[in-house]
Amino acid sequence: MTAFIIYKAIMCAAVFLLSLGVAAYATLWERKFAAFLQDRKGPSRAGPGGLLQPIADGVKMFMKEEIIPNVSNRSLFIIGPCLFMVTAVMTSVVIPWAKPMMIGGHLYDLQITDINIGTIYLLGVVSIGVYGIMIGGWASNNKFALLGAVRASSQMISYEIAMGIALIALIISSGGSLSLKDIIEGQDKGFANIVWQPLGFLIFFICALAETNRAPFDLPECETELVGGYHTEYSSMKLGLFLFAEYINMFISSAIMAGFYFGGYNFPFASELYAKLGLVEGDWLISLIGFGAYFTKIVIFICVFMWVRWTLPRFRYDQLMNLGWKTLLPLSLLNLALTVVVEYFRGNIHF
Amino acid sequence: MQLTNRKVVVSNKEQSFAERMYLPAIAKGMIITASHLFKKSPTINYPEQKRPIANVYRGQHVLKRDENGAERCTSCGMCAVACPAEAITMTSGERKKGEEHLYREEKYAATYEIDMLRCIFCGLCEEACPKEAIFLTDRIVDAGFERKDFVFGKDKLVEKIDQRIDVTKRQTPEVLAFKKIPGLKHNELYDAKKLNKGHKH
Repeated sequence: MTAFIIYKAIMCAAVFLLSLGVAAYATLWERKFAAFLQDRKGPSRAGPGGLLQPIADGVKMFMKEEIIPNVSNRSLFIIGPCLFMVTAVMTSVVIPWAKPMMIGGHLYDLQITDINIGTIYLLGVVSIGVYGIMIGGWASNNKFALLGAVRASSQMISYEIAMGIALIALIISSGGSLSLKDIIEGQDKGFANIVWQPLGFLIFFICALAETNRAPFDLPECETELVGGYHTEYSSMKLGLFLFAEYINMFISSAIMAGFYFGGYNFPFASELYAKLGLVEGDWLISLIGFGAYFTKIVIFICVFMWVRWTLPRFRYDQLMNLGWKTLLPLSLLNLALTVVVEYFRGNIHF
Repeated sequence: MQLTNRKVVVSNKEQSFAERMYLPAIAKGMIITASHLFKKSPTINYPEQKRPIANVYRGQHVLKRDENGAERCTSCGMCAVACPAEAITMTSGERKKGEEHLYREEKYAATYEIDMLRCIFCGLCEEACPKEAIFLTDRIVDAGFERKDFVFGKDKLVEKIDQRIDVTKRQTPEVLAFKKIPGLKHNELYDAKKLNKGHKH
C-alpha cells in the first residue's frame, strides 16, 4: 500500500513538473520560433541563448502589482484563473507516457491513472476549462473581459461537438476502448491511427487549435479588438496563470494528438529495435526510448501549433462560427459514417 | 470622363472548390513562413557586435588640447553662433599667470556646455571653429535616464591629457586647407585687415 502511494505521488509530481517545465519553455520557444519565422533572433539576453528567460518572466509576473478591481466579484475573480490552471493540469492525468517499467519485480504503468473512460474524462475536463475563462471574464465586470469570455465559451461549445464526433470515429477504428492506454497500445502493431483517420485527425487538430484559444482561433483574447479579452483586468501572477495554462493546454493537446493519432510512445520498427538491443518487457530502457519518441512527437506538434499561429491571421467571428457549425460538424459526421463503413469492411464491426 | 488609366476591373468570380477548402492556401502560407526558418537574420547583437561606421561619422564632441596639453578653445563663441540647434553655451574666463600650461590663449572657456538632446550633430561648430578646438568624433553619446544628464560640461567634453582622442579622420590636410580658403565667412571675420576695413565703412 505504501509503495502504491509513493508510486502515485512520484508519478503525479513528475507529470506535474513535466507539464510546468514544458509550458515554461514553450513560452520561450514560442518567442524564439516566432523570431526565426520573422528573420529575427528572439530573446537572447537572459542566460546563454535566452535560456533563463522563462525564469525572468516568472519573477517579473510575481513582482508585478496585483490589482483586483473594486467593481469585480472578488472571490470569483480569484477562482477564475485557478480553475483554468487546475483543469489544464488535470488533463494530463490519463495520458500514458511510456511502456510499463519493472521495479522490484512489479510492473509499474508510467501513467497516473488508467481509467477506462479516459477519453470521456478528457473531454469533460477540457469543457470544464472554459468555466475558468467564463468566471474570470464575468467577474472582472468589464465589457471587454465579458465579451472575451462569451466568445471563449461559444467557441469552445461549437468546436467541442466536432471534436467529440471525431473522437468517436477514432475510437471505433481503434478497437472500441475509451482508455488512452488501450488506444496507444493498439497502435503498437500495424499502423498508427492517422492512416485510418486522416480526416478525423484534421478535424481534431483544428478543434484542438480552437479549444486551446490559439491563433487563428484566439478571438477570446484578441488584442486588436478586446484589449486583452477575458484577462483584460488581470495582473500579476493571476494573469500569469491564464497565460501559463494556455501553454499547458497546448502541451496536453499535443500529447493527446500524438497519442491518439500518431501512436504515442510507439514508433515504426520499435519491437525490432528492442529485440536487437536485447531488451525484455519492463526494461527501463524501453520506457526511456518510448518516452523519448512520444516527447519528440509532442514537441513537433507544439512547433506546428506555433507555426500555425505565426502564419495565419485571426478569423472573423462569423467565419469562426461558420467553420465550426457548417463545415467541421458535417465533416465530422461524414467522417463518422465513412469510418463505420470502412471498419465494417475491415471486419472490426459486427452487426 | 476618364481621370486615370489605372482602372482595374475587379474580378468577382466564384471560388473554386479547392479555393473554398482554404487548405491549399494555408499550406502555401505555411511553406512561406517555414522557408524563413532557414534565412539568416539580419540582426546585430549590438553591444557585442557593432556595425562599421563611416570615417566622417559625427558623434559625441571633443574639446581638443594642443600638443602641450593646453586647451585650444578660446571661448570666441563662433561655434555657439554657428549652431543651428542652439545647443552650445559657454562663459569666458581670463587666463591668470601660471596657467599657461592649461589654456593656450589668454581667454578661455570657463564653462562650456553642449546639450546633447538639442544637438543635431551637423558638425557646423567644428566647421566654424577657428582654433581647431572642437571636433565631432566616432563616439556615440551614452544613454541616460534624466534630461540633465545630457547637458555635457567640460568634464565630459575636454579630452583627458593621458587619453587623447584621435580626430585625424575628420581633421585631414584637405579639411585644414579648405578652412584656410579666404572668403569663407569665418576666415573673413577673423582676418584682422578685413575686420578693420569693415569698421571703416
